[in-house]
Amino acid sequence: MASSKEVLFNPILDNNPIALQVLGICSALAVTVSMANTLVMCAAVTAVTAFSSLFISMLRNHMPSSIRIIVQMTIIASLVIVVDQLLQAYAFAISKTLSVFVGLIITNCIVLGRAEGFAMQNPPGLSFLDGIGNGLGYSALLITVALIREPLGAGTLMGYEILPTVSNGGWYVPNGLMLLAPSAFFIIGLLIWALRSWKREQVESADFEIADNIQYREAL
Amino acid sequence: MEYYLSLFVRAVFIDNMALTFFLGMCTFIAISKKISTAVGLGIAVVVVLGITVPVNNLIYQHLLREGALSWAGYPEADLSFLGYLSYIGVIAALVQILEMFLDKYVPALYNALGVFLPLITVNCAILGASLFMVERDYTFAESAVFGLGAGVGWMLAITALAGVREKLKYSDVPEGLRGLGITFISVGLISLCFMSFGGIDL
Repeated sequence: MASSKEVLFNPILDNNPIALQVLGICSALAVTVSMANTLVMCAAVTAVTAFSSLFISMLRNHMPSSIRIIVQMTIIASLVIVVDQLLQAYAFAISKTLSVFVGLIITNCIVLGRAEGFAMQNPPGLSFLDGIGNGLGYSALLITVALIREPLGAGTLMGYEILPTVSNGGWYVPNGLMLLAPSAFFIIGLLIWALRSWKREQVESADFEIADNIQYREAL
Repeated sequence: MEYYLSLFVRAVFIDNMALTFFLGMCTFIAISKKISTAVGLGIAVVVVLGITVPVNNLIYQHLLREGALSWAGYPEADLSFLGYLSYIGVIAALVQILEMFLDKYVPALYNALGVFLPLITVNCAILGASLFMVERDYTFAESAVFGLGAGVGWMLAITALAGVREKLKYSDVPEGLRGLGITFISVGLISLCFMSFGGIDL
């Protein structure tokens, strides 16, 4: 049985849900244009993952396996409705800019993936920690991406100016690409590269082995 | 007619589900290693999107939206907070029904789609399209066109990525970038190409 510390901290670097398990990329890219949105989204996903794991783990011995997906979806959807209503009540502006992506937490693969992969086999307390851990792993990657995109794209962080832009009389010419969709793909691709150069056991094996180049003289 | 055509083109190219809104990314990256499976999944997504978006539109217009229940004598009822639960329920149920229907009457298509059909329930592109339909307040006809267009756009994107990845297998990629990393960067480049459609004014 894994210790609770491992369960909580492993998903952050060693088993990151986005960089290694390829889960939950859908919303990871769209909300990272601004730091404020990213933080709200991370909090929402962490809360939903933790509580859905907790509740599903509590019910795991009472669920017939043929209908378990529907039961899980119902639990997750109800939690997302709660989060959405809270956001509309207390942070209406942010809930407007996040638009459909709050609702899409329902189909975020991290939530269902952890429910199926961990909460169905483990006791509630540990599943709750696993949910928080995976939420933190998701948040770590998202916050890193937002830290690159917002300052370079708009010269601001959390709405405060840190690189004075030319239009405001400063020196920084904003890089418009950073606000557009493709930059998120590039940044996540490069982050995965950095992470895997550091943690070498995560490198995937190649489909084909490339033969060494034959020197011109040897070929003759 | 012209209006619906431009809505369709907009959904396929300019507002592409996968490359502009990053929806359905998990399946998009996981199941794009071979062109044949990518096309199979693409067709399944087109079929499911083409059915679920109009059906969810009917549910939203006649049951959930503010004042929609006035035909039942509850003009002030607003059930829109039940939206997420109903849409995901409709999607899960429809996928199940579609699976049974295809199994019985069109076994060839059922075998071709195989395991992808049940997987589609948790594809963000499907739920995303329904949520966009609500947010943009489409009518029934608009939502049918939008659903089909979004599906075709997603299929186009996954087929393109599968084509790139089939060629990529034979190239010498730096160690840490192998697999997932280089796939992300390829998707970024494809998405950059799709942005050139953004200038089209319809």
